[in-house]
Amino acid sequence: MTQEFILETRGLTKEFRGFTAVDDVNLQVREGHIHALIGPNGAGKTTVFNLLTKFLPPTRGEILYRGKPITGMKANEIARLGLVRSFQISAVFAHMTAMENVRVALQRKLGTSFHFWKSEKSLDHLNDRALELLDEVGLAEYADVLTVEMPYGRKRALEVATTLALEPTLMLLDEPTQGMGAEDVDRIVELIRRVSKGRTVLMVEHNLSVVSRLCDRITVLARGSVLAEGDYQEVSRNPQVREAYMGSDAAAEEEASA
Amino acid sequence: MSTTALTPAMKLQRRASRRRNALYLVLIVIGLLAPLAIYPVFLMKVLCFALFACAFNLLLGYAGLLSFGHAAFLATGGYFTGIMLASYPGLTPELGILIGTLAAVVLGTFFGVLSIRRQGIYFAMVTLALAQMMFFFFIQAPFTGGEDGLHGVPRGELFGLISLADNLNMYYFVLAVFVIGFAIIQRTVHSPFGQVLKAIRENEPRAVSLGYNVDAYKLVAFVLSAGLAGLAGSTKTVVFQLASLTDAHWHMSGEVILMTLLGGVGTLFGPVVGAGLVVSLQTQLAQSPLGNWVSVILGLIFVVCVLSFRSGIVGEIQKMVRKNFK
Repeated sequence: MTQEFILETRGLTKEFRGFTAVDDVNLQVREGHIHALIGPNGAGKTTVFNLLTKFLPPTRGEILYRGKPITGMKANEIARLGLVRSFQISAVFAHMTAMENVRVALQRKLGTSFHFWKSEKSLDHLNDRALELLDEVGLAEYADVLTVEMPYGRKRALEVATTLALEPTLMLLDEPTQGMGAEDVDRIVELIRRVSKGRTVLMVEHNLSVVSRLCDRITVLARGSVLAEGDYQEVSRNPQVREAYMGSDAAAEEEASA
Repeated sequence: MSTTALTPAMKLQRRASRRRNALYLVLIVIGLLAPLAIYPVFLMKVLCFALFACAFNLLLGYAGLLSFGHAAFLATGGYFTGIMLASYPGLTPELGILIGTLAAVVLGTFFGVLSIRRQGIYFAMVTLALAQMMFFFFIQAPFTGGEDGLHGVPRGELFGLISLADNLNMYYFVLAVFVIGFAIIQRTVHSPFGQVLKAIRENEPRAVSLGYNVDAYKLVAFVLSAGLAGLAGSTKTVVFQLASLTDAHWHMSGEVILMTLLGGVGTLFGPVVGAGLVVSLQTQLAQSPLGNWVSVILGLIFVVCVLSFRSGIVGEIQKMVRKNFK
């Protein structure tokens, strides 16, 4: 029965010196869903995210992946299980080409990453796969470009390609459309829709139009606790959510982007 | 698509690496001919410090870790080799050097485990503190000669065959050690391991999220760097037949930073150029009436360098070449 949820938290709590950022959160992410975590600023979305990906240790509570506890694991071990995260600020390797960015993710599985005596030519056979992945996110022509020289939206797409290189079962995206123009937002939404096939996605997102277009299920956080959960229709009709969230500038944002 | 697709930029890179190989060849020929024109003992000093700086640069330039305790590895290599060669007359110099290097590797592992989890200035402080402990150890220990250092280390015979008492023989041996050390660094930088190291330097949290245990990678880089610094110290002891306390002093840790930054951090040749420059200046100034002003003059040069060309001599040259020949 636990198997229908790929990721589950029980009583997840994080306290920072007397301030409770995340308070008893029970989250259940269904396999194959695109699940959104929304909420006003300071609701604890990013903290939840960092807890799930082990970038922060929880004060209390449990995290289960496919029914098995992963609460005590390290960040890099989580990634090896197939839970791969992105970051709010685009996380790319700036002084490496787009191709090298993807290749660094691919090379881990070779098991030669500690081999300082081997030539980097031994990585060349990964180039085809790297190009395929770049092509998948529409970046084939950027393969040779140093990432630092790429426009912002493309960096985010590159981040997705790098994440895909690990063949994650669960992608955790932290505000994938933050700071983007409308055109880039559309491109990323399409991209997420495409790459989510056969995968589960959990995303923190501010942009409600993105959420309404993409997500199967939504969890609303406010002041560190779960306020509501459901699909977009249910959540948007919930009066508490309207008060905590829709009444704020986010509603205006929604109108603007609609 | 073919089995190993090379993008145009990669083809360019390959061509550049071929050009680099040609450059290495030229430099080795220069290295072989140099003692005909320049006093070999001076050249050996430059090569030892160049290897030391290259080892330091592997850590700072390619792993992004600023160690302020690298003197400890130079000195540990030097003292161990000195003590072994002085106490066991049958030991050949290459084995003495090997033992000194291994001692530095062991010490590096120990220091690394203790310091690697700290970042930035804290990492520098921990390495400094540990290196100071080694300094006091080398003063106090009964077998290191205290403040006088360890004297009368025999150069001996390489493989029991070639007498290193002859400066020219000694020089070619040091050149070989340097080339091997440099080759290890060059390969490390351009290896699968080097790629991960670069990724960690560029964006550590992202490297973690890709599943890399970044502390383990940093530790390997630290141990490699410590071992090569020890190799430099060991070789230096054989050349000068002494292990001195100045090698363990924190001044030495500062000097290697100076050499690396002056020459160009994160460039393969920068530390070589920086070491050559610093050693030349020290030697020249020591003989001139300005002898007492060596540190001041080096300090001034350093300030000018940091203010006007931040990527160091080789770094600036690379930038110019890239701008004009692309």
